[in-house]
Amino acid sequence: MIDRDKFEEMPNGQEKQAELRTVSKGTEEDVRVEQALADFRASVRNWSDTAYSRPRAAELTVRRRNWRLAAGWALGCVLATGALTGGLVEHQRHQEAARIAAQQAHQQRLAEARQQTRQEDRKLMTSVDNEISQKVPSSMEPLAQLMQMDDGETP
Amino acid sequence: MAAGTAIEPMTNVAAVEPATQEFAAIVEAHRLQIFRFLLASTRDVDLAETLTQECFLKAHRNWNRFRGESSPMTWLMRIAINLEKDHWRNRRMQFWRKTKTNAVDLDEASEWLPSGERTAEQRILAKEQVARIWKVVDTLSGRQKTVFLLRYVEDQELGEIARATGLSEGTVKAHLSRALGKVRAELRG
Repeated sequence: MIDRDKFEEMPNGQEKQAELRTVSKGTEEDVRVEQALADFRASVRNWSDTAYSRPRAAELTVRRRNWRLAAGWALGCVLATGALTGGLVEHQRHQEAARIAAQQAHQQRLAEARQQTRQEDRKLMTSVDNEISQKVPSSMEPLAQLMQMDDGETP
Repeated sequence: MAAGTAIEPMTNVAAVEPATQEFAAIVEAHRLQIFRFLLASTRDVDLAETLTQECFLKAHRNWNRFRGESSPMTWLMRIAINLEKDHWRNRRMQFWRKTKTNAVDLDEASEWLPSGERTAEQRILAKEQVARIWKVVDTLSGRQKTVFLLRYVEDQELGEIARATGLSEGTVKAHLSRALGKVRAELRG
């Protein structure tokens, strides 16, 4: 380890060499590490200088961003409109199907009602017929017999 | 009365102008250095540019509070270090940090070595060693990396590094020693 007072009095370069010596043993290795660190520094500085002085494309970037933003919005609008239209069409189709089903059900009910009415009428007529035939007045009996006789004679 | 009203705006302008000019001169003088430090820390040109802009914006907003206790460079470097730290600490950035980064890889970062007066073999060897140092820098803790870069890229003195990082000189020396030990071990192969 080096003396701290001496360390602080040293100029920057010597200070660094002293730092290197605190973690090293051989001078050859010191030189190698020092050279590598100098190369590292030169490399970073060269990279930084190049990146710093490169032409900026701020306007282009802004335009691209605007274009992308517009495209994004347009795509979003198309998707939203599509989804909305799709939903409306689907809803309309459902309503139409429900209306047709309701109409069919109504017609079926009407048909059933008509059929039922017909059956009831038929039953009523039958019962009326039976009741009327059973209640033939006795005063008409001879006439009825004559009619039966006529029916027997006719070929 | 009329003279008073005429003089007042001129006085304000006179007070504002030198401050603005002074700040502009500071930006001009230190922008490259701040950018270089941030580039070395992040290995990302776009991010380094953004953080440099943020650094000077923040400095401009707080320019009135700068009392000259340290040099403007130290003050700016302190802001840059904090911004870089905040950037990675920001939780919102954690996901993007993992999935998307523009940072160049270690080999690409070591491609910038100036050719100088060297043979092809020497250049290859130097590039390889620079790549090894980048590899070590990548493994250093945040503080060690900052101290190492300030010392060996920015050529700052220990006291300046201590003021910029808010660490004591002893701690700075300890971080440097550890970082150098790792570099040495890596170069030894």
